[in-house]
Amino acid sequence: MKMSYREAVRQAMHEALVADPRVFLMGEDVGKYGGAYACSKGFLEEFGPERIRDAPLSELGFVGAGIGAALGGLRPIVEVMTVNFSLLALDQIVNTAAALRHMSGGQFSVPLVLRMATGAGRQLAAQHSHSLENWYAHIPGIKVLAPATIIDARGMLGPALADPDPVVIFEHAQLYNMEGDLPDDWRCDIATAAVRREGTDVSLITYGGSLPKVLAAAEQLAAEGIAAEVIDLRVLRPLDSETIAASLRRTHKAVVVDEGWKSGSLAAEVMARIVEQCFFELDAPVARVCSEEVPIPYAKHMEEAALPQVPKIVASVKQVTGK
Amino acid sequence: MIEFKLPSLGADMDEGKLLEWKVSPGDTVKKGQAVAIVDTSKAAVDVEVWCEGTVFELLIEPGETIPVGTVMATLLEAGESPETAKRAPRAVLLPHPGPLPRAGGGGVVSGRRRISPAARKHAEELGVDIETIPGTGPDGAVTLADVEQAAAEKVSPARTAPVPDKAAEMRKAIAAAMSRSKREIPHYYLSEPVPMRRATEWLAQANAGRPITSRLLIAVLQLKAVALALKKFPEMNGFFRDGAHQPAAAAHIGVAISLRQGGLIAPAIHDVGEKSLEQLMRDLTDLVRRVRAGSLRSSEMSDPTITVTNLGEQGVAAVYGVIYPPQVALVGFGRVDEQPWVENGALGVMPVVTASLAADHRASDGHRGALFLAALRDQLQEPENL
Amino acid sequence: MEKNELRAVVIATLKTIAPEVEDGDLRADRPLRNQVDLDSMDWLNFLIGLHEKLKVDIPEADYARLVTLGDVLDYLEKKLK
Repeated sequence: MKMSYREAVRQAMHEALVADPRVFLMGEDVGKYGGAYACSKGFLEEFGPERIRDAPLSELGFVGAGIGAALGGLRPIVEVMTVNFSLLALDQIVNTAAALRHMSGGQFSVPLVLRMATGAGRQLAAQHSHSLENWYAHIPGIKVLAPATIIDARGMLGPALADPDPVVIFEHAQLYNMEGDLPDDWRCDIATAAVRREGTDVSLITYGGSLPKVLAAAEQLAAEGIAAEVIDLRVLRPLDSETIAASLRRTHKAVVVDEGWKSGSLAAEVMARIVEQCFFELDAPVARVCSEEVPIPYAKHMEEAALPQVPKIVASVKQVTGK
Repeated sequence: MIEFKLPSLGADMDEGKLLEWKVSPGDTVKKGQAVAIVDTSKAAVDVEVWCEGTVFELLIEPGETIPVGTVMATLLEAGESPETAKRAPRAVLLPHPGPLPRAGGGGVVSGRRRISPAARKHAEELGVDIETIPGTGPDGAVTLADVEQAAAEKVSPARTAPVPDKAAEMRKAIAAAMSRSKREIPHYYLSEPVPMRRATEWLAQANAGRPITSRLLIAVLQLKAVALALKKFPEMNGFFRDGAHQPAAAAHIGVAISLRQGGLIAPAIHDVGEKSLEQLMRDLTDLVRRVRAGSLRSSEMSDPTITVTNLGEQGVAAVYGVIYPPQVALVGFGRVDEQPWVENGALGVMPVVTASLAADHRASDGHRGALFLAALRDQLQEPENL
Repeated sequence: MEKNELRAVVIATLKTIAPEVEDGDLRADRPLRNQVDLDSMDWLNFLIGLHEKLKVDIPEADYARLVTLGDVLDYLEKKLK
């Protein structure tokens, strides 16, 4: 069935709300407005204000409330409008949600799902455009997901809600309008990376909003005789190192594409693991394409220049492959 | 202690084979003295030293092929003695079974070759000596593909010792330099018909009084005219390096000389603007003779600041050249031909040559190029002042 | 000097400039510079070679008359008499 990424997210939440009375949705504008990205349109009418709760503009407050609800036995889905605003709730997420199971000796768990939009590309300027996924991927005690396909948008929420620990789901804002086929069997795991395209010359490793760009680059490279394998990380924590290593054993070369900034990036972590685990498989230095190290600019041409783009990816691959 | 390194003798050279040392330890050397003969893909070149001193150690043996920048010898400066000077560590050298494929220029970094971890491991598994494998990857790195190639060659011994093919090597060198030129240099082209009556008449008269051994060729007048025109247009002279044009103080004109067996070399005649026509004729004769004999000096190979090519000999009307990087311009001359010519309102016959300019748009603009060609044309109208 | 002898000297001189030349391939009645790739420097060196070997003077004004190998041989023959 053809549908948009937005619709897939909506259907996933709808299914959860119908299936489990413990599930509720809370966040800024999720009710009357139908969600900042229109993922909960019609939910308030269908499920009522008890389960579809508009929150005040206080990320610290409503994320904390979500953690309390999870501790109390509910299964909250808390929507934070963008990862940029989630910084206000970092204390709740890092010091409470992620730490409680450990600090209570396993007595408490926090089965919370946090959804947030991330990424740039829509001229929303620096305070709405950053990609801070790797900050969350740094924290033990939470799982971090980055659905980049219609199937993952539809299928990741279920296992995330079933997980006894906090799960953060990053939805790249550029993906909501993406359309694609949802097969009948859309169930998926939240543990492994996926090979989105097979190839033998170089591994392109990416996630989230960069996946469509990387697939486009791979298509262009194929026309020039370079067979690129595309790995979609899907799960940013814990990383599926084995899928990456298996790909490197086939291609011996890698380019990591990450919309985060280069310094201290998720790309850096992937590269470090490649060097740790695949050093003797490497036939060229590992390369990465990241965002320029500036707050994401507002002006369209400057925003485009700051982000990973297909030509940059293609150029990096050619450098690595010497072709 | 002075380190004498193998210089790059042109944009297309990244290694050379030492043929012969012309000095021994203990010899004193002067600035400009040829100390070694090195075979490039183009010619056997006398490599000159650019400092004074006493030869201390020769670090490279004749027959060895070494990358550009390799320390070949050490010299003692005035006041240094063998006792005070430390012995230089010998450069890591790679025995090559045959000619190396052209590397990107960085095959050896700080004495350690670039070998990919996968290539090193695979070579071990196959029992191939990694140090004997030439690298073709990025920056000359030895890659998996190189190891597999070498292993395949080991299995079929017929391919282990390819005979170096001089003509093919030169073809490759020219291909590399010209590809780089067309890839990097935004060329623009201009041409201008230059009346040559005054020049040819002046030359005929000048030669009439000379024995055949000291007669001048029109090519010499053209070279001098280019050099004089360059004085007012420094943006056509020099090198484009590190993102900027670096004008050269003097006009060292590279003269494109074709070889009978194919290929070409464009070594420099130095300070063309400061030399008399007689001196230039002697220099040109000497240069052509030595190019054909394959004995050139390193300074001639490495420092032309502009190239002049003359294809009129082969009968073409005009030539639009490819700039030799990192130079920024090339001047071409076609055939001197009698053509209908309007002068003072009357149609007459005039010997005319088409002078052309291929120039680097990063260093100059068409307007200046046009003025340069006009200046060149005017210089050739006053042969007595050349 | 016999004509054959003169021809041998001319061909030998030409070979110092253009070693690839084969005597048998040269037509005496065709323009020499169409048959052998000689530029003006080669041509000058060829004439200088003849001048040195045969001690003849060849003024530049006479170059125009030296087109074919036959022209060169006739010219030299007259000069040597």
